[in-house]
Amino acid sequence: MDYRTPLARAKGLGSAKSGTGHWWLQRVTAVALVPLSFWLIKFLRLSLTAPYQQTVDWLASPVNTICIIAWIVAVFYHAALGLQVVIEDYVAPEGVKIASIWAVNLAFLFLAMAALLAVFRIVSIG
Amino acid sequence: MAINTNRPTSPHLQVYRLPLTGIMSITHRMTGVMLSVGLALFVYIVSSLAGGGMAYDTMQTVMSHWLMKIVGWAFIYALFFHLCHGIRHLIWDAGNSFERDTLDRYALIELAASLLLTLMTFVWGYYGL
Repeated sequence: MDYRTPLARAKGLGSAKSGTGHWWLQRVTAVALVPLSFWLIKFLRLSLTAPYQQTVDWLASPVNTICIIAWIVAVFYHAALGLQVVIEDYVAPEGVKIASIWAVNLAFLFLAMAALLAVFRIVSIG
Repeated sequence: MAINTNRPTSPHLQVYRLPLTGIMSITHRMTGVMLSVGLALFVYIVSSLAGGGMAYDTMQTVMSHWLMKIVGWAFIYALFFHLCHGIRHLIWDAGNSFERDTLDRYALIELAASLLLTLMTFVWGYYGL
């Protein structure tokens, strides 16, 4: 049963059946990021103050590698989901809105891949 | 008949003084956007580490500039603010603590916790614990 008006149906407005998934994944990534933030702080502290080899050795140890990779996956997904909501709230024109969300998603996918590639390269050095 | 100009105005953003909870709410969103932009800096740092010792040393020189230090500490504080208010949102999502008298108290706890966590990070970094 479709309760939308004929005009809304023709415009393609209404439920895209993905709102709950978006909301839920925002929370799942949020919960994951609470403990994983510790690894970010630790990584930042080392990379801004410690000598090169010490930071490489730390990142190349398995638990740290896994936690940083998990942080990267969760944080870039969380950021893209969050920015989508901000864009939807403040950008009114439909075309600009959709283009902005695409641009944000592509940019964060690109950044996440760059970060993951860097971690893999460091692990192969260390 | 004279028009009453002293009628209450609707809560429009420009004429409405936000309560503490409202300030916390918009700050959560602003820190979220700032942290998202700041992720580019993380990619720069981790990429310089992958680029070898020379690139790493250059990155450390760049990041030790006073301007980058301010950006770095702003990122850390924004992170802890977003984390603390994020936990508040998760408590709300679970259907708890909507009572009116708890709202301001929780907001103050969040502010204190985010400042304390930033201070702990500073001390941790300074003494290398």
